[in-house]
Amino acid sequence: MPMLEVENIHAYYGNIQALRGISLTVEEGEIVTLIGANGAGKTTTLRAISRLVPLREGTIKYRGDDLAQFKPHELVYHGIAMVPEGRGIFAKLTVAENLDMGAYSRTDTEGIQEDLERIFGLFPRLKERRNQVAGTLSGGEQQMLATARALMARPQLLLMDEPSMGLAPILVESIFQTIQDINAEGTTILLVEQNATMALQVAHRGYVLQTGEIVLADSAAKLQQNEMVQKAYLGIE
Amino acid sequence: MTPTNTPTLKDAVRYGLLSGLIEINLSAIGFILLLHQRELVAGAFTMGHLFLFTAPIGFAYLLAKKTAAHSRSRVLGYGAIIGALTALPLIILVFLATAFDIRQFLLNISPDLITLLTFGQSVVTGSLILLAINVVLGMLSAALYLLPPQWRKMAVSGLAWVAISGTFSEILLGRLRSFFGRGLTDLIFTGKSLNPGFAVFILVAGALYSYFSQRRHARKEAEGDRSDATVLSLPIETINKIILGVVLLLLPVLLGSYLTEVTNNVGLYVLMGLGLNIVVGFAGLLDLGYVAFFAIGAYVMGILTSEGALGLGMGFTFWTALPFSVLAATLAGILLGMPVLRMRGDYLAIVTLGFGEIIRILALSDMLKPFIGGAQGVLQIPKPSFFGIDLIQPGQLYYIILACVLLAWFISARLRDSRLGRQWMAMREDEDVAEAMGINLVSTKLLAFATGAAFSGLAGAIFASKLTSIFPHSFNLLVSINVLSLIIVGGIGSLPGVVVGSLILVGLPELLREFAEHRLLMYGALLIFMMLARPEGFWPSEVTKRELHAFEEQHQPGTSSD
Ligand SMILES: Nc1ncnc2c1ncn2[C@@H]1O[C@H](COP(=O)(O)OP(=O)(O)O)[C@@H](O)[C@H]1O
Ligand SMILES: [Mg+2]
Repeated sequence: MPMLEVENIHAYYGNIQALRGISLTVEEGEIVTLIGANGAGKTTTLRAISRLVPLREGTIKYRGDDLAQFKPHELVYHGIAMVPEGRGIFAKLTVAENLDMGAYSRTDTEGIQEDLERIFGLFPRLKERRNQVAGTLSGGEQQMLATARALMARPQLLLMDEPSMGLAPILVESIFQTIQDINAEGTTILLVEQNATMALQVAHRGYVLQTGEIVLADSAAKLQQNEMVQKAYLGIE
Repeated sequence: MTPTNTPTLKDAVRYGLLSGLIEINLSAIGFILLLHQRELVAGAFTMGHLFLFTAPIGFAYLLAKKTAAHSRSRVLGYGAIIGALTALPLIILVFLATAFDIRQFLLNISPDLITLLTFGQSVVTGSLILLAINVVLGMLSAALYLLPPQWRKMAVSGLAWVAISGTFSEILLGRLRSFFGRGLTDLIFTGKSLNPGFAVFILVAGALYSYFSQRRHARKEAEGDRSDATVLSLPIETINKIILGVVLLLLPVLLGSYLTEVTNNVGLYVLMGLGLNIVVGFAGLLDLGYVAFFAIGAYVMGILTSEGALGLGMGFTFWTALPFSVLAATLAGILLGMPVLRMRGDYLAIVTLGFGEIIRILALSDMLKPFIGGAQGVLQIPKPSFFGIDLIQPGQLYYIILACVLLAWFISARLRDSRLGRQWMAMREDEDVAEAMGINLVSTKLLAFATGAAFSGLAGAIFASKLTSIFPHSFNLLVSINVLSLIIVGGIGSLPGVVVGSLILVGLPELLREFAEHRLLMYGALLIFMMLARPEGFWPSEVTKRELHAFEEQHQPGTSSD
């Protein structure tokens, strides 16, 4: 049984249809990427999985359970965490307080402390700046914080919405490296990206989204070779 | 921050014209003359003068602050220009008023105002004096910025002390006389105002106070890093708390009955402010219909305990009715909360605004008139009694209000630091993210509305019992706006801020009757000033303080981000 199974979902904003029957699966332990241009419906897909956008049609199953039975805030208790688009950190709180909020769903004080140390190992910058107000972090540090905060919930499935957005190339490299590290430690990742080049390098499999529809689905290696993908998303003529 | 542009002559002219515009407006609406009746220093200086010269002094100081780094002569020159440009329109006004009959259009340009503006001299001499004073004050104010900071603080502190004690001299006089008799007050006051000698004494005392408090601060700073400093400062905090407690307990005795009555009104607003602070400050939900819960608390108290025709006559006393008032308001809070759960920001504000009006209109309606009296309201509500003693005096009601405020404060502080407080904070920052963290927005919002409404209902119940009668028009939109304004002025999310805001917005206007007529003008001016000069409020919460501080540091050159 796949960990996440999205089947033929349709979603609307008012009368505008944003998703036109999307199906995808994520297996335990994978990094799966969803690539597509601006406005293709990547964020909407993640919001639908997070139960923030209602479905007109279709189902989303997580470990066999229909997600429709859960409220948005209950997902994290079942192991699904999200790194929202545009980072969505708590700008007025300190780094430490943000991480503390990330562990809101947990009560195992010792486990939280352990995870904090582990996450500081992944993001030494955050450890240095743990008492700094999050809004004053640089863009890259804010992305690290958003990711770290999601990890504090000790998720089994991590949904990431364009983590590379607005970052300098060198920071993009390190963010993707971190994504691989997180995956290596056992977290399954659904990664939404416009930066197809990088996303396909770290992912096992990928889906290509165009105006609310999946037009291609294959292993990341095959997608990298695909002519259409090369032309439209990798900038190779 | 990018280095501030050097102010130019153009800026000075702009500031000067603005300052002149403000002063001519204050004169033309009769504000200056009205304030002229309140003497600050006997025979020398009135509150009218204070406000007549506030704008040039303020603007000169502001510009000097921006110019100080560049050149001394320019600082003084700009100060003079601002002073002169403030005087100019006033002088034109004086000439116009003497040459033509302009009172037809501007009723408040009276001969008395002209006398005030010309210091009782002839038009020409008086105008020159006005010009000279403005120029000198502009330069002096600008020159303040050339002083070393230590001296500047001393000067400002001394002047502020004189202005404040002058403003409240009548009240001070009354209280001091009742405690120490005429012997002391004749030394300090002439008529109802400070005598000049004592004003100088206060000036010096204020400056010295500033000097010593600065030294203490410096010493603290120097010791700051040593670990035993905190251990030493702990007892001081405890002592402060004990002093505060004793003062709060003795307040009615110290203040006398009139001021205690004012304090009680302030206290009710503090209670409401603490409640709305939970909704707006902690949870970030903009509620403009907050008066509704105050009204519900008051009406439930009224109906349950009234000895008049509308009373239920079921033998309720203040104390047995109080829980029902609070409960009713709390339920109303939840009831309002449910339909607006999905709303944010402006939409929420509009809907709650409507809710407040609905409650008021219902109270006024014929439909409910048989039960709650329509426009005639509910009468003959008994005052609270305590073990058989009727609490009739303001000084007795004071303790009930104090107890409720302390309780509300305690609850607020505990909630803020609790898990629920963290939920509110996360929700205020970003609802979607809060939800992704596992926070149930429905219960989090409803708890905020319910707690806020409970405090307001408590205040309403006391209000009804204190006044012994209630009318729908006491529960209009202005109450909601007042409570919201006092939170903003005090500092959103800050508990001491609620008290400071209530003192400024509710206490001050009662003490300074001259202001009452121009109350909304003062509100507007104060809010604009706050937004420009101190957007975090007079007593900001830790989070706000830290945030502003952090961003200041961030914007210093050399620490830029990528
Ligand atoms: N809140 C919204 N209201 C209306 N339309 C929206 C809203 N959010 C997104 N859309 C539309 O839905 C489509 C998909 O958007 P989105 O999922 O954000 O795309 P992506 O994340 O791939 O850039 C776009 O056409 C966008 O304009
Ligand atoms: Mg997007």
